[in-house]
Amino acid sequence: MEWLIAIVIGTLTSAGVYLTLRARTFPVVVGLTLLSYAVNVFLFAMGRLTIGQPGVIDANALGYADPLPQALVLTAIVIAFAITAFLIVLALKSRGELGNDHVDGLTVDLDEEVIHLKGTKS
Amino acid sequence: MSTLLAINLPIIALLPFFGAIFVAWVARFNRYASAWSAAGITILALMFLYPNLSIILGGETIIQSWSWIPAIGLEFAFRLDGLALLFALLILIIGLLVIVYARYYLSSKDSMGRFFAYLLMFMGSMLGIVLSENLLQMVVFWELTSLTSFLLISYWQERDYARQGARMALAITGAGGLALLAGVLLIGHVVGSYNLTDVLASGDLIREHDLYIPILLLILLGVFTKSAQFPFHFWLPHAMGAPTPVSAYLHSATMVKAGIFLLARFFPVLSGTPEWTWIVGTAGMLTFIIGAYTALFKDDLKGLLAYSTLSHLGLITLLFGFGTKLAAVAAIFHIINHATFKAALFMVAGIIDHETGSRDMRKLNGLLKYMPHTAVLAMIAAAAMAGVPLLNGFLSKEMFFEQALTASNALFISWMVPILVTVAAAFSVAYSLRFIHDVFFNGEPIDLPKTPHEPGRIMRIPVDILVIVCLAVGILPMFTVAPILAVAVADTLQTTPPEYSLAVWHGFNIPLLMSFLALGLGVLIYFKRHLFRTFYDRYLDRLDGKKTFDYLLNQLQNFAIYFTRSFDKGSLQNSVFWVVLTALFAGMIGFMSISAPLLGSRDLLPIDPITFIVVGLLLIATLFTVYYHKQHLISLFMMGVVGLIVSLGFVKFSAPDLALTQLSVEVVTVVLLLLALYFLPQTSPKEIGKKRISRDLILAILSGVGVTLFTMAVLTREYDPISHFFLSNSVPGGGGTNVVNVILVDFRGFDTLGEIVVLALSGLGIYAMLEYLKLPEPCKQSFIHGWSNDPHPLIMQTLTRVLFPLMLMVAVFIFLRGHNMPGGGFIAGLIAAVALIVQYLSNGSDWIHERLKLNMHIVIGLGLLIATLTGLIAIGLGYPFLTSTFTHLHWPIVGDFEVASAIAFDLGVFLVVVGATVMIIVQLGQVSANSHITDQKGD
Repeated sequence: MEWLIAIVIGTLTSAGVYLTLRARTFPVVVGLTLLSYAVNVFLFAMGRLTIGQPGVIDANALGYADPLPQALVLTAIVIAFAITAFLIVLALKSRGELGNDHVDGLTVDLDEEVIHLKGTKS
Repeated sequence: MSTLLAINLPIIALLPFFGAIFVAWVARFNRYASAWSAAGITILALMFLYPNLSIILGGETIIQSWSWIPAIGLEFAFRLDGLALLFALLILIIGLLVIVYARYYLSSKDSMGRFFAYLLMFMGSMLGIVLSENLLQMVVFWELTSLTSFLLISYWQERDYARQGARMALAITGAGGLALLAGVLLIGHVVGSYNLTDVLASGDLIREHDLYIPILLLILLGVFTKSAQFPFHFWLPHAMGAPTPVSAYLHSATMVKAGIFLLARFFPVLSGTPEWTWIVGTAGMLTFIIGAYTALFKDDLKGLLAYSTLSHLGLITLLFGFGTKLAAVAAIFHIINHATFKAALFMVAGIIDHETGSRDMRKLNGLLKYMPHTAVLAMIAAAAMAGVPLLNGFLSKEMFFEQALTASNALFISWMVPILVTVAAAFSVAYSLRFIHDVFFNGEPIDLPKTPHEPGRIMRIPVDILVIVCLAVGILPMFTVAPILAVAVADTLQTTPPEYSLAVWHGFNIPLLMSFLALGLGVLIYFKRHLFRTFYDRYLDRLDGKKTFDYLLNQLQNFAIYFTRSFDKGSLQNSVFWVVLTALFAGMIGFMSISAPLLGSRDLLPIDPITFIVVGLLLIATLFTVYYHKQHLISLFMMGVVGLIVSLGFVKFSAPDLALTQLSVEVVTVVLLLLALYFLPQTSPKEIGKKRISRDLILAILSGVGVTLFTMAVLTREYDPISHFFLSNSVPGGGGTNVVNVILVDFRGFDTLGEIVVLALSGLGIYAMLEYLKLPEPCKQSFIHGWSNDPHPLIMQTLTRVLFPLMLMVAVFIFLRGHNMPGGGFIAGLIAAVALIVQYLSNGSDWIHERLKLNMHIVIGLGLLIATLTGLIAIGLGYPFLTSTFTHLHWPIVGDFEVASAIAFDLGVFLVVVGATVMIIVQLGQVSANSHITDQKGD
């Protein structure tokens, strides 16, 4: 089971890193969201994996999932949402100010095929 | 009263800081109120000092200290002895006179509140320096004087010259402050204590220590930069862009005297070695001569005074450099005298500037008949500066000459010292004479902007007082200055002071001869000054440190730009690449440097088929997210799938709270991204840079592999968590069985408070960014299936309206049970937010705003307020911040149930989450609603 989770974390990281390195804002935001999943699961896994135990204190319980990483991850999820929201709005702002959705505000990127951008009037 | 006397020293030092706030506030009602309240605060500080006068004059030292951070030797400690008292009195009394003077000096265009607030803050910082017992605390106040003097010098912010001068003063004195800090840390290391009492008692220890030279150099760097000693002297003349009351204050009794104060303070600790004599003596002598020579050729009144200040500071430094006890006496005496006559002269210069509109001595002539009273005051003060008998300057200069003759034997060029000082003194006489002759005699004024006349009566009073002091000290030293001088000297030297005489008449001796020689020569130099002009033009005028300073500053900026540019090429992709690569390398080094096997021996859990399949789905969804990333909408759907499976994973691994949170956040995130996607291009252009794609792929795969191995390395090892504490204390200590929630609102409540502040800030930041944002209209054809023309479908509307109360009830339920069952403020907040957002989506914001008049800013603010108040109430009851308590209540019908005070904190969390989330989505929705409207207009 541990291997499965480790591979999940690794795959999410790879996907996140690759998308974060893209030149357009929306994939970057998606990539960061994937990265935040990876980080959250990773943090949670640091408390080791526990299956089928109660989530609250119970006299009959044999054990619990480590609550401390859970508390950390819970706030991390909410904060990650706030950051994602901030970033996507930043992307909108940059689109409004610069007229395109390139991360550096470039109209011409040598690594991209030159096409008329869909979604704009021109 | 006695309790007040036990804490009066910190009050004296801190009163001006609090007073500054008051003064700035009062200025809103009446300009002059701020001036008079500043004066009132100064008088109040003097009154706090008054009860100590007799104790200190009796030879005692008062120390008031409180433990602050004992681990690094930091105490909140104050000390009042003779030296500190002398300086405190100078700072407060001259400060008071400057405040009165400035009230009449500032024009109606200048903000009085700002001026007096700055002035009081500066005064407080100076008092802090002289009253500090702890050296680290003194350094803090030292840096505060640099900062506040920056504000004062650049008071006329719109003037280029003032700003540049202020920046230079800040850079140089601030840098000196850092050196001083290093020096003080070394002293603390050597002595083992930062308390002045201990340090003053360890002079021999420090002088014989290997670190003596570094300590001496570092401390002297602080002193020389602050007191404008050669080669750091150039900032002082450029600080003359300040309003004249500021110059009068900073350059007579305070700022520059802080360095001198330090020299006096450390005199028993650091002096008495050849190094001290050489460094301090040389710097003092050079500053003394350069200042005096340059002052003679400055056409600007304040320029002349600035260089004469340099010269006198050099003189005092030189005296300390001699290193003898009598020289220290002369130095302290001259500190007092210089403070009085120089403050008076600056004020006169300000009056002249104020009443004639010019400070140029080539234009200012013959003012005697226009302003006779001021002229007389100026003449007396200038004569004191020149060292004319029966004035205070004469007495200390006489002592100075005597020391120059006797104390300098240690130097092999000692025969030169008396000659050099006499010549320099002659130049002082010459520039003093120029100040009087050029301004008040020498023909008629030449096209002045205003017709000169006497200033207002009260503006002259501070000058009157200072000049009377000059006369009184000069004629009757024994009855005026003697007592305070005696204790100041005793506490500077930390031993019994040597025999010295303050008599005006010592009989015919060599110092008297030198005095008269200097006076005679000075007159001669003044009238033949064109002979010396060539040397000044050719060398001294060019010897302006400002050019070097500007050059170095430019170089530094260029280097910083070059350095930054070599990493930051203005490309996010490039920066992210370097960040990931660095992380990868750091991780690899971590793996390599540990010799233990990669995987541990902990037993692994068995894999069950359902989990296997679900994980497979997750991996596929992740790969699709990447594969279709150019088609933004598909990519977003796939990302949503990933998020949902992650929340299922939390269920599987016994973390219901996380599952609930992840689920609701996922919903909100997808809605948010969908809204945003409306305004962004629906696709990314095809990438043709093969090199970049393969580079990124390699980097991504390596990161993934690294993280996987890292995770496994941890998961296969045993561990010993600190969670046992939380598990065993959650019910008895926090009153809740849901340990995760108890950690959030109780054990680690402070963290949570920080987190909801971040959330609130992000919401507000988004609000600010979206306000007035104009986005290009989206092109409808580009969407895969096109948009529905009906913004609010009827079936959805009807259903969601029915569901709304239900959803809110679920939120309340989740919130209330949070302490004992999975749930809590975060999750309940998200659910409530989803309920509201669904209404916005199906009914439109106008419909909601008609029914729900609730400003989300207020909800956020209220949430933060409640959360913080919960913590503060605990403090008020004498517990640490955010301590919670719980009790059992009996409700009819429902029965016994438990209430923890942490639920109030959780309510704060709930409100912030609802407020921030709804505000973000609604604000974004507003933008799209606006574009709908423009759409319809366009059609």
